[in-house]
Amino acid sequence: RDFNERCAQCSEVNWGLTDGGRFYCRSCHNVTERTREVVNTDFITNSRVQTISKGARKQENNDGVCEWYICEGFQLVLKKQAEALEALGVCPQMKDEILCNFWRCYLQKSKQAYCKRPAGETVKALSACESSTDVDSDPERPSVLHLLSLSESEGDLQTDCSFASSVSKVSESTSVYSGSVDGSLYLMKNQKEQLRMTMPMTLSFCYMALLWLREPITLSELLRFVVEGHIPYLNVFQHFPEKMKLCGLDLRIFCVESWPVYEEVFNKMHELAAFLGLPRFPDITDSCFLHPDVLCMKYLMEANLPDELHNWTCRVVKKIGIGEVDFLTLMPGNKSTRKVKYDVLAAAVIVVVLKLLFLLDDRYEWLLSEFAEERNKNNTEGGPYFEFKKWYEVVKQSLDVEQKKLDEERAKYLWRCEKPLFYSVKNKSKVLKRRQMVVNLQNQFGKLSGSVQRAEKPNPSSFQLRWSEENTDGSCFHGHSLKGVLQEKCGLLTAMNPDYWLCTVKLCNEKLCGHLAHYREVEFPQSYHFVLGLFSFLLRIQPSYIHDEVCMVEHKLFNKKLYKKLKYNTVLRK
Amino acid sequence: SSHEHKLNFRKSKEACLSYIQDALLQKQWKRAAEFLTCYVESLEKDYSREHVGPSEMIWRIGTEILWHHSQSSIKDFSCFMEQMKTLGVKRYLKVCLEHVFHLLCNGQIDEAYQNLSLAESWRFGEQTAIQDKEMKLIEAYRGLLDYYSWSKQKDILLEHGEDGFSDLAVEQEMHSYFRKAAVNLKEIIKIPGVWDVFVKCYVDLLEFYGDHNEARQVLNEYAYNSKFPANPNAHVYLYQFLKRQGESKKSLLSALKILHDIVPSHELMIDFNTMLQKSKKRKKRRLGLEVIFAVLDYAGWKENAKAWNCLARQVKKIVTSEKHLDWIKQEWNSRKDWWPAFHFSRYLAKRNWQENESVSYEKALVAGILLGKGCKYFKYVSHQGCKAQLKRFRMLKKFVNRHSAVYLRISG
Repeated sequence: RDFNERCAQCSEVNWGLTDGGRFYCRSCHNVTERTREVVNTDFITNSRVQTISKGARKQENNDGVCEWYICEGFQLVLKKQAEALEALGVCPQMKDEILCNFWRCYLQKSKQAYCKRPAGETVKALSACESSTDVDSDPERPSVLHLLSLSESEGDLQTDCSFASSVSKVSESTSVYSGSVDGSLYLMKNQKEQLRMTMPMTLSFCYMALLWLREPITLSELLRFVVEGHIPYLNVFQHFPEKMKLCGLDLRIFCVESWPVYEEVFNKMHELAAFLGLPRFPDITDSCFLHPDVLCMKYLMEANLPDELHNWTCRVVKKIGIGEVDFLTLMPGNKSTRKVKYDVLAAAVIVVVLKLLFLLDDRYEWLLSEFAEERNKNNTEGGPYFEFKKWYEVVKQSLDVEQKKLDEERAKYLWRCEKPLFYSVKNKSKVLKRRQMVVNLQNQFGKLSGSVQRAEKPNPSSFQLRWSEENTDGSCFHGHSLKGVLQEKCGLLTAMNPDYWLCTVKLCNEKLCGHLAHYREVEFPQSYHFVLGLFSFLLRIQPSYIHDEVCMVEHKLFNKKLYKKLKYNTVLRK
Repeated sequence: SSHEHKLNFRKSKEACLSYIQDALLQKQWKRAAEFLTCYVESLEKDYSREHVGPSEMIWRIGTEILWHHSQSSIKDFSCFMEQMKTLGVKRYLKVCLEHVFHLLCNGQIDEAYQNLSLAESWRFGEQTAIQDKEMKLIEAYRGLLDYYSWSKQKDILLEHGEDGFSDLAVEQEMHSYFRKAAVNLKEIIKIPGVWDVFVKCYVDLLEFYGDHNEARQVLNEYAYNSKFPANPNAHVYLYQFLKRQGESKKSLLSALKILHDIVPSHELMIDFNTMLQKSKKRKKRRLGLEVIFAVLDYAGWKENAKAWNCLARQVKKIVTSEKHLDWIKQEWNSRKDWWPAFHFSRYLAKRNWQENESVSYEKALVAGILLGKGCKYFKYVSHQGCKAQLKRFRMLKKFVNRHSAVYLRISG
């Protein structure tokens, strides 16, 4: 009983021991991996989670194939992802404590482990009903046949008929169509009841842990690292040990053939936080990376905009109260507060500030720019005045180059890996032959690709666009002054631009149509579209999401005026 | 355009294909190869619902790249084709056939022959029946190569014959090739289609061995059987055969008539007109005029001396005889609006005179008759010709002057 660490969940030191000799927290019932004998901080990979509380060992067949459960697979995935994040600089606490405990909590809540009757025990019962021909007995549950027919068939010769025939002999073992013990059961589970684990959800877990620790990495960055290959996601199953055979329905669970989508990962994370019954997350204060003031600074730098704009973003943030701790900190399960997308929010603030200062109506910003250009000619002391036109040209050029590269990367993206995937053992030889042919063709045509070598994975970097003040060509605008667009009034610097246009006069009901506004490029000025496009590229999300956030910020900012002048003007005087 | 930040396998490969397509169109073989390398993993995914699957894409794209890429050898090419043959059993014979075409283009007749023989012996359940058409083509091409070998042997034999040697072995080989070729060629031309090369070769064989009846029948079938697609060449081959056989003018003319109907600008129309002009039958001569006018409607004949000569001759004859001026009137009616600009402009007068005196002479005659001696073409050319003191131009001028009223009658 000399275990004195704080519980990761509730920070208490109040430990008890389970039957299996493991420590559990008496306050929040959080079970740990630590046993009395061995204080083990490693993730146990092949342990059969259902029997953790009983402390049973792994069962292995004679031919080196072991029984494994889906959640064990996910556990492995999470482990790999956490290790990768650690390699990127995230603190080790994330893997050993936070993520680990979130996962255990999930297992417990979804009744896959740490509870009296783990879901796995119903597998046998299911076998009996699978062999029955009466498919309509349980209309809620999709039949196995249906699931199999959804899985892709392999090539010309094999058809789905071969799977149908194998379903009938299901009673012996489920390994005919899934390598895991509970693969089919897993897919049949009703999603909404128990928040079934999926590959995108692993990223939700990671993000949740990162947010808990307030690590300096946004969700968009996380997803970018995933796509760039720094965090295991695509083909992560190739790190599963040999003994864990992956086939059949497992593929539908673990094989990913699309890039993770921001919205999906984000929403799932919130669902998860609520499902786990987590308390209020650690406070996001103004010294945190995720605070809009900090993120705005980062994005301003990346967008090659003058540092002086930061004063303005801070002003906006303060005015609409989005820098408040209570606004920014996640309170799981609280449906009244809007969920904060830190990165998108910061980008939106910058867009609003640009609109405040430059109007961005495809006329005014260019006039201002000409004006600034004139003044720059006579400007001998101090930094140059910021010229929108020059900035636009420089940034557009770089953006176009990077976008083109990105487009080519999308087309060249490789989805498959060395580890072959097959639906059933029957398919194995065909799959292997195909794989061999693919490798041969890749070699043959790879040689003909000329001197273009497949580029090594670039080192992960937080900044995608870099601008250096040392460049003498004037392509860095960080130090430029905003004096060209500001004027003094009553001792305060205000924008010369007296106007503002709202992206939308009325916000949509997000719960009904999923968006606050509907963005169509043709309806908005080109400059606005350009700016949205810039941040869309940096964050790797659709411009419409940033547009939504811009609408939200604007409505908060002009709240009073809107209330008064709702129907008539779309151009307001500040 | 808004860039999608979502991506899945299918979209990724679609994008890849469009990059490949661009590269191919711009003949950037290295770049195409680069993207194809990324595309090939599509083979591991099922596309059975799509119209054109990845295996066919890879076959076609890979063929193009390997054929044109500077660093790719024919060995690499053949190796690739062998792989492609194993990829899709439904396409097996097609791939074989295309491989053979490439080998032939590269001059590798023997390899092509081997591949054809191999393909001929292929059997694969019901696929064999489904791919019957491709099989016939394969047999036909092997027949063609047999013909080629026969032809070589024939040349050797003829050479030896001249020297007084008789080579029995060569002769026997030659006959054996004949038999092999004839069997396959005969089969393919039974099927409606465009088989110019097969027909020609088969007819050549038949003629050599004296089976003219069979040859005539084959050519008639090829030209007149309505099941076969309309093919001007069929009529050309028939005509040439008939000519070789010394057939009557009547049958020659009837063969050419159809050709005139299908391809009025065909080069054989000159022969056609020449024969028709000489005919004793009025109808034929009338047709001749129609034929030659039709030929000169086409830009390709504008500078052709022979064509103009034919027209000029016939026009001259008609005008001189003062009979059948209405023929010229009928033909000129639909042309009087555009032929002057098309053929008889002042610019053309200058150019023809500079570049091709014979053409200008013939044209001047025609112009002078059709448009009168006041027309710019005739005036310029005849003036130039007389200035150069060329006798025939003086004659021309006299002739046109004598018949200067004709143009009024034909243009009325």
